[in-house]
Amino acid sequence: MIEIRFFAALRERVGSDRLAVSPPDSVDTVAKLVAWLETDPALAEALAATPRRMVAVNEVLGSEDSTVSPGDVVALFPPVTGG
Amino acid sequence: MKTRIEIRNGPLVAAEPSDWLRDAGLSGAQVQFSGQVRDEQGRVEALHLEHYPGMTESVLGTIVEQARQKWHLNGAWVVHRVGTMEPGDDIVQVAVSAAHRQVAFEACAFIMDLLKTRAPFWKKELIGGRWFWVEARERDAEAAAAWLRALSAHEPP
Repeated sequence: MIEIRFFAALRERVGSDRLAVSPPDSVDTVAKLVAWLETDPALAEALAATPRRMVAVNEVLGSEDSTVSPGDVVALFPPVTGG
Repeated sequence: MKTRIEIRNGPLVAAEPSDWLRDAGLSGAQVQFSGQVRDEQGRVEALHLEHYPGMTESVLGTIVEQARQKWHLNGAWVVHRVGTMEPGDDIVQVAVSAAHRQVAFEACAFIMDLLKTRAPFWKKELIGGRWFWVEARERDAEAAAAWLRALSAHEPP
């Protein structure tokens, strides 16, 4: 199981702040995970509406190429705007 | 080096960083940056800040550690507010102490520039009774990238 977390505008578009998912074993990078999530039409729409995104895997900033595996927490969010 | 990193769901006190950094003569310089809520010509009624608890503190800790490796600092204070605030309120305080001013100026700017592009905070503004998410600015990303290029240029390959 992989825990997906959403923040800010993406959280509002998804309508939820977290999801627990069990993708197939072939889903081993952030890019593949996002593509797999996009097979759900509602998630696809929310992600398409947030084309500029950042990702964190287990609370560390990552990229589309970051590896993911069961037990990870993958957070997807718009570019940060603190400060 | 003493370090204070905190996410606060309540007002920030302007004098707190300088009092906390005071070190009886060890440092000759303190630099403090405070970021405040702009009203954008009276349009912004309130600002709300959301963050990613846990990751925020760890990113801020990493940024302060990078600053400590680059400059000789005696103290670093990074306190960021979350929740709902009004125009004029302090959003963030970054303050550092060091022996001399140049180091303090540079380290303070570095911490702030990296915070802007890496720490997981998101702002939304209340305008005309509706909330709007604030978009990230390209120039903030450029400022952080310039520091990272400068740092890597001084490291052995």
